[in-house]
Amino acid sequence: MGRRRWGDRLLSIHAWAVYLFLYAPILVLVVFSFNDSRFSFWRGFTLRWYAAMFQNHQIMRALENSLVVAGWTMLAATLLGTLTAFVLVRHRFPGKSLLEALVYVPIILPSVIMGVSLLATFVLAGLRPGRTAIILGHVAFAASFATVAIRARLVGFDRNLERAAMDLGAGRWQTFRHVTLPLVGPGILAGALLAFTLSLDDVVITFFTAGPGSTTLPLYIFSAVRLGVSPEINALSTLILVVTAGVLILADWVRRWGVNHVKPAAGAAGRGEPEEPERMGGDGA
Amino acid sequence: MTGAVRRSRWGLALMVLPPVLWLVLLQVVPLALILVYSFSRRTAYGGIEYTFTLANYTRFLQPIYLKVLSDSLAVALITTLIVLVVAYPFAWHLARQPAERRGRLLLLVVIPFWTNSLILTYAWKVILRADGPVNQILTALGLAPGPVQLLYTKPAAILGLVYVLLPYMILPLYLSIEKLDPSTVRAAYDLGAGPVQAFRRVIFPLTLPGVVAGALLVFIPTLELFYISDLLGGAQMVLVGNLIQREFLEARNWPFGAAASIIVTGVTLLLVWVYVRWFSPGGVEELI
Repeated sequence: MGRRRWGDRLLSIHAWAVYLFLYAPILVLVVFSFNDSRFSFWRGFTLRWYAAMFQNHQIMRALENSLVVAGWTMLAATLLGTLTAFVLVRHRFPGKSLLEALVYVPIILPSVIMGVSLLATFVLAGLRPGRTAIILGHVAFAASFATVAIRARLVGFDRNLERAAMDLGAGRWQTFRHVTLPLVGPGILAGALLAFTLSLDDVVITFFTAGPGSTTLPLYIFSAVRLGVSPEINALSTLILVVTAGVLILADWVRRWGVNHVKPAAGAAGRGEPEEPERMGGDGA
Repeated sequence: MTGAVRRSRWGLALMVLPPVLWLVLLQVVPLALILVYSFSRRTAYGGIEYTFTLANYTRFLQPIYLKVLSDSLAVALITTLIVLVVAYPFAWHLARQPAERRGRLLLLVVIPFWTNSLILTYAWKVILRADGPVNQILTALGLAPGPVQLLYTKPAAILGLVYVLLPYMILPLYLSIEKLDPSTVRAAYDLGAGPVQAFRRVIFPLTLPGVVAGALLVFIPTLELFYISDLLGGAQMVLVGNLIQREFLEARNWPFGAAASIIVTGVTLLLVWVYVRWFSPGGVEELI
Protein backbone atom coordinates (compact mmCIF):
# COMPACT_ATOMS: atom_id res chain seq x y z
CA MET A 1 0.00 0.00 0.00
CA GLY A 2 2.79 2.36 0.93
CA ARG A 3 4.48 1.88 -2.39
CA ARG A 4 1.30 2.85 -4.21
CA ARG A 5 1.12 6.11 -2.22
CA TRP A 6 4.71 6.89 -3.11
CA GLY A 7 3.89 6.26 -6.74
CA ASP A 8 0.99 8.69 -6.56
CA ARG A 9 3.19 11.30 -4.94
CA LEU A 10 5.82 10.90 -7.64
CA LEU A 11 3.16 11.25 -10.33
CA SER A 12 1.88 14.38 -8.67
CA ILE A 13 5.38 15.88 -8.44
CA HIS A 14 5.94 15.01 -12.09
CA ALA A 15 2.68 16.73 -13.06
CA TRP A 16 3.71 19.89 -11.22
CA ALA A 17 7.08 19.79 -12.96
CA VAL A 18 5.38 19.50 -16.35
CA TYR A 19 3.14 22.48 -15.60
CA LEU A 20 6.21 24.41 -14.48
CA PHE A 21 7.97 23.46 -17.70
CA LEU A 22 4.94 24.55 -19.75
CA TYR A 23 4.43 27.86 -18.01
CA ALA A 24 7.91 28.99 -16.94
CA PRO A 25 8.91 30.28 -20.41
CA ILE A 26 5.57 32.06 -20.76
CA LEU A 27 6.03 33.61 -17.32
CA VAL A 28 9.56 34.77 -18.13
CA LEU A 29 8.29 36.41 -21.30
CA VAL A 30 5.51 38.22 -19.43
CA VAL A 31 7.84 39.37 -16.65
CA PHE A 32 10.45 40.63 -19.10
CA SER A 33 7.81 42.59 -21.00
CA PHE A 34 7.32 44.74 -17.85
CA ASN A 35 11.03 44.98 -17.02
CA ASP A 36 12.51 48.48 -17.03
CA SER A 37 15.75 47.34 -18.61
CA ARG A 38 16.64 46.10 -22.01
CA PHE A 39 19.08 43.40 -21.01
CA SER A 40 19.56 42.63 -17.33
CA PHE A 41 17.42 41.09 -14.64
CA TRP A 42 14.50 42.84 -12.94
CA ARG A 43 15.05 46.58 -12.64
CA GLY A 44 11.56 47.85 -11.94
CA PHE A 45 8.13 47.91 -13.49
CA THR A 46 7.49 49.76 -16.72
CA LEU A 47 4.89 49.97 -19.44
CA ARG A 48 7.20 51.68 -21.88
CA TRP A 49 7.64 48.60 -24.09
CA TYR A 50 3.88 48.47 -24.52
CA ALA A 51 3.85 52.16 -25.39
CA ALA A 52 6.70 51.64 -27.86
CA MET A 53 4.86 48.71 -29.39
CA PHE A 54 1.70 50.73 -30.01
CA GLN A 55 3.77 53.50 -31.59
CA ASN A 56 5.60 51.11 -33.87
CA HIS A 57 4.03 51.58 -37.30
CA GLN A 58 5.34 48.28 -38.60
CA ILE A 59 3.69 46.39 -35.76
CA MET A 60 0.41 48.26 -36.16
CA ARG A 61 0.46 47.64 -39.89
CA ALA A 62 1.15 43.94 -39.30
CA LEU A 63 -1.71 43.81 -36.79
CA GLU A 64 -4.05 45.36 -39.33
CA ASN A 65 -2.95 42.84 -41.96
CA SER A 66 -3.42 39.96 -39.53
CA LEU A 67 -6.92 41.06 -38.56
CA VAL A 68 -8.04 41.65 -42.14
CA VAL A 69 -6.67 38.27 -43.23
CA ALA A 70 -8.16 36.45 -40.23
CA GLY A 71 -11.54 38.16 -40.72
CA TRP A 72 -11.87 37.19 -44.38
CA THR A 73 -10.50 33.72 -43.68
CA MET A 74 -13.05 33.23 -40.92
CA LEU A 75 -15.90 34.31 -43.15
CA ALA A 76 -14.91 32.19 -46.15
CA ALA A 77 -13.79 29.15 -44.14
CA THR A 78 -16.97 29.13 -42.05
CA LEU A 79 -19.21 29.33 -45.13
CA LEU A 80 -17.21 26.63 -46.90
CA GLY A 81 -16.99 24.50 -43.77
CA THR A 82 -20.72 24.70 -43.08
CA LEU A 83 -21.58 23.87 -46.68
CA THR A 84 -19.08 21.00 -46.84
CA ALA A 85 -20.23 19.56 -43.52
CA PHE A 86 -23.90 19.67 -44.58
CA VAL A 87 -23.13 18.11 -47.95
CA LEU A 88 -21.04 15.34 -46.40
CA VAL A 89 -23.46 14.46 -43.62
CA ARG A 90 -26.77 14.82 -45.43
CA HIS A 91 -26.30 14.01 -49.08
CA ARG A 92 -25.04 11.25 -51.30
CA PHE A 93 -23.31 11.94 -54.55
CA PRO A 94 -20.62 10.36 -56.70
CA GLY A 95 -17.11 11.07 -55.45
CA LYS A 96 -18.26 11.81 -51.91
CA SER A 97 -15.67 9.63 -50.18
CA LEU A 98 -12.91 11.24 -52.23
CA LEU A 99 -14.17 14.69 -51.23
CA GLU A 100 -14.23 13.55 -47.63
CA ALA A 101 -10.65 12.30 -47.81
CA LEU A 102 -9.49 15.57 -49.37
CA VAL A 103 -10.96 17.54 -46.46
CA TYR A 104 -8.45 15.83 -44.18
CA VAL A 105 -5.42 16.52 -46.36
CA PRO A 106 -4.52 19.97 -44.93
CA ILE A 107 -5.01 18.70 -41.40
CA ILE A 108 -2.55 15.85 -41.87
CA LEU A 109 -0.07 17.24 -44.35
CA PRO A 110 2.89 19.24 -42.97
CA SER A 111 2.12 22.89 -43.62
CA VAL A 112 5.51 23.51 -45.28
CA ILE A 113 4.33 21.26 -48.08
CA MET A 114 1.05 23.17 -48.37
CA GLY A 115 2.98 26.42 -48.24
CA VAL A 116 5.36 25.62 -51.08
CA SER A 117 2.67 24.00 -53.23
CA LEU A 118 0.40 27.04 -52.84
CA LEU A 119 3.34 29.31 -53.64
CA ALA A 120 4.04 27.35 -56.82
CA THR A 121 0.37 27.46 -57.82
CA PHE A 122 -0.03 31.18 -57.17
CA VAL A 123 3.11 31.98 -59.13
CA LEU A 124 1.84 29.90 -62.04
CA ALA A 125 -1.58 31.55 -61.88
CA GLY A 126 0.01 34.99 -61.86
CA LEU A 127 -1.27 35.85 -58.39
CA ARG A 128 1.24 38.09 -56.67
CA PRO A 129 2.35 37.38 -53.10
CA GLY A 130 0.22 39.56 -50.84
CA ARG A 131 -2.99 39.74 -48.88
CA THR A 132 -5.17 37.91 -51.39
CA ALA A 133 -2.67 35.07 -51.67
CA ILE A 134 -2.41 34.84 -47.87
CA ILE A 135 -6.20 34.75 -47.47
CA LEU A 136 -6.56 32.02 -50.13
CA GLY A 137 -3.79 30.03 -48.44
CA HIS A 138 -5.42 30.38 -45.03
CA VAL A 139 -8.87 29.44 -46.33
CA ALA A 140 -7.32 26.34 -47.91
CA PHE A 141 -6.50 24.84 -44.51
CA ALA A 142 -8.85 26.67 -42.12
CA ALA A 143 -11.94 25.47 -44.02
CA SER A 144 -10.87 21.86 -43.34
CA PHE A 145 -10.74 22.44 -39.59
CA ALA A 146 -14.07 24.29 -39.71
CA THR A 147 -15.65 21.42 -41.64
CA VAL A 148 -14.53 18.88 -39.06
CA ALA A 149 -15.79 21.02 -36.15
CA ILE A 150 -19.19 21.64 -37.74
CA ARG A 151 -19.56 18.06 -38.92
CA ALA A 152 -19.03 16.72 -35.40
CA ARG A 153 -22.07 18.73 -34.38
CA LEU A 154 -24.18 17.70 -37.36
CA VAL A 155 -23.56 13.98 -36.96
CA GLY A 156 -25.43 13.83 -33.67
CA PHE A 157 -28.28 15.92 -35.02
CA ASP A 158 -31.72 14.32 -34.74
CA ARG A 159 -33.36 15.02 -38.09
CA ASN A 160 -36.75 14.13 -36.67
CA LEU A 161 -36.75 17.59 -35.11
CA GLU A 162 -36.68 19.13 -38.58
CA ARG A 163 -39.34 16.73 -39.85
CA ALA A 164 -41.52 17.60 -36.87
CA ALA A 165 -41.16 21.31 -37.63
CA MET A 166 -42.10 20.72 -41.28
CA ASP A 167 -45.08 18.57 -40.22
CA LEU A 168 -46.21 21.37 -37.98
CA GLY A 169 -46.31 23.66 -41.00
CA ALA A 170 -42.93 25.37 -40.93
CA GLY A 171 -41.44 26.19 -44.32
CA ARG A 172 -37.89 25.24 -45.32
CA TRP A 173 -36.45 28.58 -44.33
CA GLN A 174 -38.43 28.71 -41.08
CA THR A 175 -37.24 25.21 -40.19
CA PHE A 176 -33.67 26.14 -40.94
CA ARG A 177 -33.90 29.41 -39.05
CA HIS A 178 -35.68 28.15 -35.94
CA VAL A 179 -34.62 24.50 -35.66
CA THR A 180 -31.48 23.68 -37.63
CA LEU A 181 -29.49 26.81 -36.99
CA PRO A 182 -29.96 26.98 -33.20
CA LEU A 183 -28.95 23.32 -32.94
CA VAL A 184 -25.95 23.50 -35.24
CA GLY A 185 -25.11 27.10 -34.34
CA PRO A 186 -22.63 26.35 -31.54
CA GLY A 187 -20.74 24.05 -33.93
CA ILE A 188 -20.61 26.76 -36.58
CA LEU A 189 -19.50 29.32 -34.01
CA ALA A 190 -16.78 26.94 -32.79
CA GLY A 191 -15.70 26.39 -36.40
CA ALA A 192 -15.56 30.14 -37.02
CA LEU A 193 -13.48 30.78 -33.89
CA LEU A 194 -11.16 27.94 -34.89
CA ALA A 195 -10.69 29.40 -38.38
CA PHE A 196 -10.03 32.86 -36.97
CA THR A 197 -7.44 31.63 -34.45
CA LEU A 198 -5.71 29.35 -36.94
CA SER A 199 -5.39 32.22 -39.39
CA LEU A 200 -4.16 34.64 -36.75
CA ASP A 201 -1.59 32.07 -35.60
CA ASP A 202 -0.27 30.84 -38.88
CA VAL A 203 3.40 31.32 -39.64
CA VAL A 204 4.23 28.77 -42.32
CA ILE A 205 1.56 29.31 -45.00
CA THR A 206 1.88 33.07 -44.56
CA PHE A 207 5.65 32.77 -44.85
CA PHE A 208 5.28 31.41 -48.38
CA THR A 209 2.41 33.61 -49.57
CA ALA A 210 3.18 37.06 -48.11
CA GLY A 211 4.75 39.84 -50.12
CA PRO A 212 6.20 43.20 -49.22
CA GLY A 213 3.70 45.25 -47.22
CA SER A 214 1.46 42.30 -46.38
CA THR A 215 3.46 41.06 -43.39
CA THR A 216 1.24 39.63 -40.67
CA LEU A 217 1.95 39.74 -36.96
CA PRO A 218 3.51 36.27 -36.64
CA LEU A 219 5.63 36.98 -39.70
CA TYR A 220 6.78 40.28 -38.23
CA ILE A 221 7.70 38.49 -35.02
CA PHE A 222 9.58 35.86 -36.99
CA SER A 223 11.76 38.37 -38.79
CA ALA A 224 12.31 40.40 -35.60
CA VAL A 225 13.20 37.29 -33.58
CA ARG A 226 15.67 36.19 -36.22
CA LEU A 227 17.56 39.41 -35.57
CA GLY A 228 17.53 39.01 -31.81
CA VAL A 229 15.62 39.57 -28.60
CA SER A 230 13.77 42.82 -27.98
CA PRO A 231 11.52 44.00 -25.15
CA GLU A 232 8.98 45.28 -27.66
CA ILE A 233 8.56 41.74 -28.96
CA ASN A 234 8.17 40.58 -25.35
CA ALA A 235 5.29 43.02 -24.95
CA LEU A 236 3.71 42.01 -28.24
CA SER A 237 4.04 38.31 -27.41
CA THR A 238 2.46 38.85 -24.00
CA LEU A 239 -0.46 40.64 -25.60
CA ILE A 240 -0.97 37.81 -28.10
CA LEU A 241 -0.78 35.26 -25.28
CA VAL A 242 -3.51 37.08 -23.37
CA VAL A 243 -5.74 37.27 -26.45
CA THR A 244 -5.21 33.56 -27.24
CA ALA A 245 -6.06 32.52 -23.69
CA GLY A 246 -9.11 34.81 -23.78
CA VAL A 247 -10.42 33.31 -27.02
CA LEU A 248 -9.88 29.79 -25.67
CA ILE A 249 -11.76 30.48 -22.49
CA LEU A 250 -14.54 32.05 -24.56
CA ALA A 251 -14.64 29.01 -26.86
CA ASP A 252 -14.75 26.70 -23.85
CA TRP A 253 -17.61 28.74 -22.47
CA VAL A 254 -19.50 28.65 -25.80
CA ARG A 255 -19.06 24.88 -25.97
CA ARG A 256 -20.39 24.41 -22.46
CA TRP A 257 -23.25 26.75 -23.15
CA GLY A 258 -24.05 24.70 -26.24
CA VAL A 259 -23.97 21.45 -24.29
CA ASN A 260 -26.13 22.79 -21.48
CA HIS A 261 -28.69 24.53 -23.62
CA VAL A 262 -29.13 22.16 -26.51
CA LYS A 263 -29.74 18.74 -25.07
CA PRO A 264 -30.57 16.61 -28.13
CA ALA A 265 -27.20 17.00 -29.76
CA ALA A 266 -25.25 17.30 -26.52
CA GLY A 267 -23.73 13.83 -26.65
CA ALA A 268 -22.18 14.53 -30.02
CA ALA A 269 -20.79 17.94 -29.18
CA GLY A 270 -17.29 16.63 -28.65
CA ARG A 271 -16.24 13.93 -31.06
CA GLY A 272 -19.44 12.34 -32.23
CA GLU A 273 -19.60 9.73 -29.52
CA PRO A 274 -23.15 9.35 -28.29
CA GLU A 275 -22.23 7.37 -25.18
CA GLU A 276 -19.47 8.09 -22.77
CA PRO A 277 -17.41 5.08 -21.82
CA GLU A 278 -16.80 4.33 -18.18
CA ARG A 279 -14.46 6.92 -16.82
CA MET A 280 -11.39 6.31 -14.82
CA GLY A 281 -12.40 8.46 -11.92
CA GLY A 282 -10.76 9.41 -8.66
CA ASP A 283 -10.99 5.86 -7.28
CA GLY A 284 -8.00 5.00 -9.45
CA ALA A 285 -6.70 1.69 -10.61
CA MET B 1 -42.22 14.84 -59.56
CA THR B 2 -39.32 14.61 -61.97
CA GLY B 3 -39.16 18.37 -61.95
CA ALA B 4 -38.67 18.39 -58.19
CA VAL B 5 -36.03 15.69 -58.42
CA ARG B 6 -34.21 17.57 -61.13
CA ARG B 7 -34.42 20.78 -59.17
CA SER B 8 -32.99 19.14 -56.05
CA ARG B 9 -30.25 17.57 -58.13
CA TRP B 10 -29.29 20.98 -59.45
CA GLY B 11 -29.51 22.30 -55.92
CA LEU B 12 -27.15 19.60 -54.73
CA ALA B 13 -24.72 20.29 -57.55
CA LEU B 14 -24.77 23.95 -56.59
CA MET B 15 -24.07 23.05 -52.97
CA VAL B 16 -21.25 20.67 -53.84
CA LEU B 17 -19.58 23.11 -56.22
CA PRO B 18 -17.88 25.44 -53.68
CA PRO B 19 -16.31 22.60 -51.66
CA VAL B 20 -15.14 20.96 -54.88
CA LEU B 21 -13.63 24.22 -56.13
CA TRP B 22 -11.87 24.76 -52.82
CA LEU B 23 -10.44 21.25 -52.62
CA VAL B 24 -9.45 21.00 -56.28
CA LEU B 25 -7.97 24.46 -56.79
CA LEU B 26 -6.28 24.87 -53.43
CA GLN B 27 -5.21 21.30 -52.72
CA VAL B 28 -5.29 18.85 -55.60
CA VAL B 29 -3.79 21.24 -58.17
CA PRO B 30 -1.00 22.56 -55.86
CA LEU B 31 0.05 19.06 -54.81
CA ALA B 32 -0.07 17.78 -58.38
CA LEU B 33 2.06 20.74 -59.41
CA ILE B 34 4.68 19.90 -56.80
CA LEU B 35 4.69 16.31 -57.99
CA VAL B 36 5.28 17.45 -61.57
CA TYR B 37 8.01 19.89 -60.52
CA SER B 38 9.80 17.17 -58.59
CA PHE B 39 10.41 15.37 -61.90
CA SER B 40 11.36 18.53 -63.79
CA ARG B 41 14.64 20.27 -64.29
CA ARG B 42 15.74 23.66 -63.09
CA THR B 43 16.86 26.06 -65.79
CA ALA B 44 19.89 28.31 -65.39
CA TYR B 45 17.69 31.23 -64.29
CA GLY B 46 15.76 29.33 -61.66
CA GLY B 47 12.86 28.56 -63.98
CA ILE B 48 11.38 25.16 -64.66
CA GLU B 49 11.92 22.92 -67.64
CA TYR B 50 9.26 20.25 -67.93
CA THR B 51 11.13 17.05 -68.65
CA PHE B 52 11.08 13.74 -66.88
CA THR B 53 14.10 13.26 -64.66
CA LEU B 54 14.81 11.46 -61.42
CA ALA B 55 17.83 13.65 -60.75
CA ASN B 56 16.08 15.60 -57.96
CA TYR B 57 15.47 12.38 -56.08
CA THR B 58 18.86 10.78 -56.72
CA ARG B 59 20.45 13.95 -55.41
CA PHE B 60 19.38 12.83 -51.95
CA LEU B 61 21.92 10.04 -52.20
CA GLN B 62 24.71 12.60 -51.93
CA PRO B 63 26.28 12.58 -48.45
CA ILE B 64 25.21 16.14 -47.48
CA TYR B 65 21.58 15.51 -48.32
CA LEU B 66 21.60 12.03 -46.84
CA LYS B 67 22.79 13.71 -43.67
CA VAL B 68 19.87 16.16 -43.80
CA LEU B 69 17.45 13.24 -44.04
CA SER B 70 19.10 11.19 -41.31
CA ASP B 71 19.43 14.23 -39.03
CA SER B 72 15.75 15.04 -39.52
CA LEU B 73 14.81 11.47 -38.75
CA ALA B 74 17.04 11.38 -35.65
CA VAL B 75 15.69 14.68 -34.32
CA ALA B 76 12.11 13.54 -34.99
CA LEU B 77 12.65 10.22 -33.19
CA ILE B 78 14.48 11.72 -30.18
CA THR B 79 11.83 14.42 -29.81
CA THR B 80 8.99 11.91 -30.03
CA LEU B 81 10.62 9.62 -27.47
CA ILE B 82 11.29 12.40 -24.95
CA VAL B 83 7.78 13.77 -25.35
CA LEU B 84 6.28 10.31 -24.83
CA VAL B 85 8.27 9.63 -21.67
CA VAL B 86 7.33 13.02 -20.19
CA ALA B 87 3.69 12.97 -21.32
CA TYR B 88 2.63 9.46 -20.34
CA PRO B 89 2.84 9.74 -16.52
CA PHE B 90 1.43 13.26 -16.78
CA ALA B 91 -1.60 12.15 -18.80
CA TRP B 92 -2.06 9.22 -16.42
CA HIS B 93 -2.10 11.54 -13.44
CA LEU B 94 -4.50 13.92 -15.18
CA ALA B 95 -6.94 11.15 -16.09
CA ARG B 96 -7.11 10.04 -12.46
CA GLN B 97 -8.07 13.44 -11.07
CA PRO B 98 -11.63 14.07 -9.92
CA ALA B 99 -13.84 15.04 -12.87
CA GLU B 100 -14.40 18.66 -11.83
CA ARG B 101 -10.64 19.30 -11.54
CA ARG B 102 -9.84 17.56 -14.81
CA GLY B 103 -11.53 20.18 -16.97
CA ARG B 104 -9.48 23.00 -15.50
CA LEU B 105 -6.21 21.05 -15.54
CA LEU B 106 -6.83 20.13 -19.15
CA LEU B 107 -7.49 23.75 -20.09
CA LEU B 108 -4.04 24.56 -18.67
CA VAL B 109 -2.55 22.13 -21.21
CA VAL B 110 -4.72 23.44 -24.03
CA ILE B 111 -3.64 27.08 -23.58
CA PRO B 112 0.02 26.48 -24.58
CA PHE B 113 -1.28 24.08 -27.27
CA TRP B 114 -3.14 26.95 -28.93
CA THR B 115 -0.53 29.60 -28.26
CA ASN B 116 1.46 30.62 -31.30
CA SER B 117 4.42 28.25 -31.40
CA LEU B 118 6.63 31.05 -32.67
CA ILE B 119 6.04 32.97 -29.45
CA LEU B 120 6.80 29.87 -27.39
CA THR B 121 10.02 29.39 -29.35
CA TYR B 122 10.91 33.03 -28.83
CA ALA B 123 10.40 32.60 -25.07
CA TRP B 124 13.12 29.94 -25.08
CA LYS B 125 15.39 32.24 -26.99
CA VAL B 126 14.91 34.83 -24.22
CA ILE B 127 15.70 32.21 -21.59
CA LEU B 128 18.69 30.56 -23.24
CA ARG B 129 20.52 33.57 -24.63
CA ALA B 130 24.01 34.48 -23.40
CA ASP B 131 22.77 37.09 -20.88
CA GLY B 132 19.47 35.29 -20.22
CA PRO B 133 18.17 33.98 -16.89
CA VAL B 134 19.70 30.49 -17.20
CA ASN B 135 23.19 31.84 -17.81
CA GLN B 136 22.80 34.45 -15.07
CA ILE B 137 21.83 31.77 -12.58
CA LEU B 138 24.69 29.51 -13.68
CA THR B 139 27.19 32.34 -13.29
CA ALA B 140 25.76 33.54 -9.97
CA LEU B 141 26.00 30.04 -8.52
CA GLY B 142 29.55 29.75 -9.76
CA LEU B 143 28.70 26.78 -11.95
CA ALA B 144 30.14 28.45 -15.01
CA PRO B 145 32.95 31.00 -15.36
CA GLY B 146 31.09 32.93 -18.05
CA PRO B 147 28.12 32.64 -20.35
CA VAL B 148 27.65 29.14 -21.72
CA GLN B 149 26.62 28.69 -25.32
CA LEU B 150 23.12 27.29 -24.92
CA LEU B 151 21.41 28.90 -27.87
CA TYR B 152 22.08 27.73 -31.43
CA THR B 153 22.82 24.16 -30.43
CA LYS B 154 21.09 20.93 -31.35
CA PRO B 155 19.85 20.27 -27.78
CA ALA B 156 18.29 23.76 -27.76
CA ALA B 157 16.37 22.97 -30.93
CA ILE B 158 15.21 19.63 -29.52
CA LEU B 159 14.17 21.36 -26.29
CA GLY B 160 12.11 23.81 -28.34
CA LEU B 161 10.45 21.01 -30.29
CA VAL B 162 9.72 19.02 -27.12
CA TYR B 163 8.23 22.11 -25.51
CA VAL B 164 6.00 23.09 -28.42
CA LEU B 165 4.85 19.54 -29.18
CA LEU B 166 4.30 18.22 -25.64
CA PRO B 167 0.57 19.06 -25.57
CA TYR B 168 0.13 17.22 -28.88
CA MET B 169 1.12 14.02 -27.06
CA ILE B 170 -0.65 14.73 -23.77
CA LEU B 171 -4.09 15.22 -25.29
CA PRO B 172 -4.48 11.92 -27.23
CA LEU B 173 -2.78 10.00 -24.39
CA TYR B 174 -5.17 11.53 -21.90
CA LEU B 175 -8.16 10.51 -24.03
CA SER B 176 -7.05 6.90 -24.33
CA ILE B 177 -6.08 6.59 -20.65
CA GLU B 178 -9.40 8.10 -19.62
CA LYS B 179 -11.21 5.44 -21.67
CA LEU B 180 -9.32 2.67 -19.90
CA ASP B 181 -11.72 0.58 -17.84
CA PRO B 182 -10.46 0.61 -14.21
CA SER B 183 -11.84 -2.89 -13.62
CA THR B 184 -9.53 -4.31 -16.30
CA VAL B 185 -6.53 -2.92 -14.45
CA ARG B 186 -7.91 -4.11 -11.13
CA ALA B 187 -8.35 -7.58 -12.61
CA ALA B 188 -4.69 -7.63 -13.62
CA TYR B 189 -3.67 -6.82 -10.03
CA ASP B 190 -6.12 -9.35 -8.61
CA LEU B 191 -4.65 -12.03 -10.82
CA GLY B 192 -1.25 -11.35 -9.28
CA ALA B 193 0.40 -8.94 -11.70
CA GLY B 194 2.86 -6.47 -10.22
CA PRO B 195 2.75 -2.81 -11.26
CA VAL B 196 5.38 -3.32 -13.98
CA GLN B 197 3.68 -6.38 -15.38
CA ALA B 198 0.25 -4.75 -15.25
CA PHE B 199 1.61 -1.77 -17.13
CA ARG B 200 3.47 -3.81 -19.72
CA ARG B 201 0.85 -6.46 -20.38
CA VAL B 202 -2.43 -4.62 -19.80
CA ILE B 203 -2.25 -0.84 -19.48
CA PHE B 204 0.23 -0.02 -22.22
CA PRO B 205 -1.34 -2.26 -24.90
CA LEU B 206 -4.79 -0.82 -24.15
CA THR B 207 -3.56 2.76 -24.42
CA LEU B 208 -1.44 2.02 -27.48
CA PRO B 209 -3.82 3.84 -29.89
CA GLY B 210 -3.28 7.01 -27.87
CA VAL B 211 0.49 6.49 -27.86
CA VAL B 212 0.58 6.00 -31.62
CA ALA B 213 -1.73 8.96 -32.30
CA GLY B 214 0.41 11.17 -30.08
CA ALA B 215 3.63 9.92 -31.66
CA LEU B 216 2.23 10.78 -35.09
CA LEU B 217 1.11 14.23 -33.99
CA VAL B 218 4.62 14.90 -32.67
CA PHE B 219 6.68 13.16 -35.33
CA ILE B 220 5.08 14.80 -38.37
CA PRO B 221 5.42 18.43 -37.18
CA THR B 222 9.12 17.93 -36.34
CA LEU B 223 9.61 17.55 -40.08
CA GLU B 224 8.01 20.88 -40.82
CA LEU B 225 8.63 23.27 -37.94
CA PHE B 226 11.57 24.82 -39.72
CA TYR B 227 11.46 27.99 -37.67
CA ILE B 228 12.19 26.20 -34.40
CA SER B 229 15.42 24.65 -35.66
CA ASP B 230 16.14 27.96 -37.38
CA LEU B 231 15.69 30.12 -34.26
CA LEU B 232 17.10 27.78 -31.61
CA GLY B 233 19.37 25.44 -33.55
CA GLY B 234 21.08 28.11 -35.59
CA ALA B 235 22.15 28.21 -39.18
CA GLN B 236 24.21 25.04 -39.19
CA MET B 237 21.22 22.93 -38.26
CA VAL B 238 19.51 21.97 -41.50
CA LEU B 239 16.50 19.69 -41.22
CA VAL B 240 14.34 18.69 -44.14
CA GLY B 241 11.86 21.49 -43.39
CA ASN B 242 14.67 24.06 -43.54
CA LEU B 243 15.90 22.48 -46.76
CA ILE B 244 12.50 22.79 -48.44
CA GLN B 245 12.14 26.39 -47.32
CA ARG B 246 15.63 27.32 -48.54
CA GLU B 247 15.28 25.61 -51.90
CA PHE B 248 12.03 27.44 -52.57
CA LEU B 249 12.86 30.91 -51.26
CA GLU B 250 16.64 31.28 -51.29
CA ALA B 251 18.32 28.81 -53.63
CA ARG B 252 15.32 28.94 -55.97
CA ASN B 253 15.77 25.35 -57.00
CA TRP B 254 12.09 24.46 -57.01
CA PRO B 255 12.40 20.98 -58.56
CA PHE B 256 14.79 19.87 -55.80
CA GLY B 257 12.62 21.48 -53.11
CA ALA B 258 9.61 19.77 -54.68
CA ALA B 259 11.35 16.38 -54.52
CA ALA B 260 12.09 16.94 -50.81
CA SER B 261 8.41 17.89 -50.30
CA ILE B 262 7.24 14.72 -52.03
CA ILE B 263 9.52 12.60 -49.82
CA VAL B 264 8.11 14.24 -46.67
CA THR B 265 4.56 13.83 -48.00
CA GLY B 266 5.25 10.16 -48.71
CA VAL B 267 6.58 9.55 -45.19
CA THR B 268 3.59 11.38 -43.69
CA LEU B 269 1.02 9.44 -45.73
CA LEU B 270 2.75 6.16 -44.89
CA LEU B 271 2.65 6.89 -41.15
CA VAL B 272 -1.00 7.96 -41.29
CA TRP B 273 -1.86 4.87 -43.30
CA VAL B 274 -0.15 2.63 -40.73
CA TYR B 275 -2.09 4.37 -37.98
CA VAL B 276 -5.47 4.06 -39.69
CA ARG B 277 -4.82 0.48 -40.78
CA TRP B 278 -3.70 -0.94 -37.44
CA PHE B 279 -4.55 1.39 -34.62
CA SER B 280 -7.71 3.27 -35.40
CA PRO B 281 -10.96 1.59 -36.40
CA GLY B 282 -12.58 5.02 -36.63
CA GLY B 283 -10.29 6.33 -39.36
CA VAL B 284 -8.29 9.51 -39.50
CA GLU B 285 -10.91 11.43 -37.57
CA GLU B 286 -9.78 9.99 -34.25
CA LEU B 287 -6.40 11.54 -34.79
CA ILE B 288 -7.74 15.06 -34.69
